[in-house]
Amino acid sequence: MEKTWNNKAWFMVLPVLVLVAFSAVIPLMTVVNYSVQDTFGNNEFFWAGTDWFQDVLESDRFWDALTRNLIFSAIILAIEIPLGIVIALNMPKRGIGVPICLVLMALPLLIPWNVVGTIWQVFGRVDIGLLGRVVASMGINYNYVQNPIDAWVTLIIMDVWHWTSLVVLLCYAGLVSIPDAYYQAAKIDGASRWSVFRYIQLPKMKRVLLIAFLLRFMDSFMIYTEPFVVTGGGPGNSTTFLSIDLVKMAIGQFDLGPAAALSIIYFLIILLLSWIFYTVMTTSDAQG
Amino acid sequence: MMTTKQPLSQRLSWLVPTIYIVFLLLPIYWLVNMSFKETSEILGAFTLWPENPTLRNYQVIFTDPSWYSGYINSIIYVVLNTVISVTVALPAAYAFSRYRFLGDKHLFFWLLTNRMAPPAVFALPFFQLYSAFGLIDTHIAVAIAHCLFNVPLAVWILEGFMSGVPKEIDETAYIDGYSFPRFFMKIFVPLIASGIGVAAFFCFMFSWVELLLARTLTTTDAKPIAATMTRTVSASGLDWGVLAAAGVLTIIPGALVIYFVRNYIAKGFALGRV
Repeated sequence: MEKTWNNKAWFMVLPVLVLVAFSAVIPLMTVVNYSVQDTFGNNEFFWAGTDWFQDVLESDRFWDALTRNLIFSAIILAIEIPLGIVIALNMPKRGIGVPICLVLMALPLLIPWNVVGTIWQVFGRVDIGLLGRVVASMGINYNYVQNPIDAWVTLIIMDVWHWTSLVVLLCYAGLVSIPDAYYQAAKIDGASRWSVFRYIQLPKMKRVLLIAFLLRFMDSFMIYTEPFVVTGGGPGNSTTFLSIDLVKMAIGQFDLGPAAALSIIYFLIILLLSWIFYTVMTTSDAQG
Repeated sequence: MMTTKQPLSQRLSWLVPTIYIVFLLLPIYWLVNMSFKETSEILGAFTLWPENPTLRNYQVIFTDPSWYSGYINSIIYVVLNTVISVTVALPAAYAFSRYRFLGDKHLFFWLLTNRMAPPAVFALPFFQLYSAFGLIDTHIAVAIAHCLFNVPLAVWILEGFMSGVPKEIDETAYIDGYSFPRFFMKIFVPLIASGIGVAAFFCFMFSWVELLLARTLTTTDAKPIAATMTRTVSASGLDWGVLAAAGVLTIIPGALVIYFVRNYIAKGFALGRV
């Protein structure tokens, strides 16, 4: 749409600006402040320069948490995106099945995140959980509290349970926007199921898939509540992701300097990712 | 080969979503199942169906103020947040969808970064900021804190819906002598009513599911139900039945509102861009 140049539009944006500045800019400045200072208590601060940043970047703790985060994101994307596409392709196109599927599938998305954690904590327990019981009765030694691999498997299944529906819903929205004529033309040409998918459905889903991919990546990159409830970051440190580590550092140990430096680094990574997201999305907006 | 295979695979295609939905519902079924059991049955026997169905767990929640006030607190700050977010986002989204102005693209991008910002980064500074203003443990503190990600979300969703309204409608209204506020309230808002509904739904949803900030900013008076639940988990006398019942009750509001926006959910998640 052709937009007119009007700087008075700033007045309309002003309320948003003030509100978001209060809840984003001021806190962020506090973090920056802490990240370059040290304290011995009594509210006496002195300049520490980039020491905290060096500390964080040289610590194994940061790199381990970052690696764990990246591996986790990679695994859940590798499962959720293809699974979401397959389910969306097989969704009913019309009739009573459509609203039933949509409502039931969206259900996990609206459960408070710590309740999601609680549900899976209970579900996976060997003594009282359905999943834990069934798996144990099959003779597999499964215990997410003690075994790091089991903890990871539990968290990944939980995330798939929680968020695959998002991919399904987005893909489905892309699919229903394809006119019937496309399919009829493909039928006349005798196109196989694969080529219908490859040349008609996939290109139409490209945009929503992109959004799904980026949203899932970023949200899994800042995951906190669910692993915190299920495993508390353990066993050991095996499921301590960046957010969990950060909260531990800032509120648990009250190491303000390192925590603030870690926050800034974390935020810069997110900023970079958001920029990629924005660029990709606006270019695809421009393409229509 | 293709002609014989395709009908079969299409006839069986309903299986895929069905299996998926069963997978989704199994953990929820287990939670509901547990919420109707007595503690002894949960810990002692392994039953797929409560043998002595009891409403005791729900009774505990509805009679104990420390439980049910959690729900009231959650609903108060969620509603406050939804109202604030949508109200301030409406004019901003209109500006973004209709005008170009100095720094508009940077501003739009900056808003997005807040939607993507990890709440963990903000937990500590929020605590200090709101302490300085004496807002800790108030509903409004949580409501404003959640604006961090809900206002950008609302702006993005509303902008998407508003861009779908042709600009000629604005121009015709001005020619007909409508002032801007009158045009906005009488003509424009009704036109994008579904968009407002979707934006409100998403604000409601993300404020409802968030725990980290809500827990950090509250102690007793405004403590959300989700935080009440974590407290129970760490307490020594673990009452699984009550915990399950509390969990079931947090699912219900979402399940209710989801029905109204079922056709727009995808558009909302795509930030108004499907």
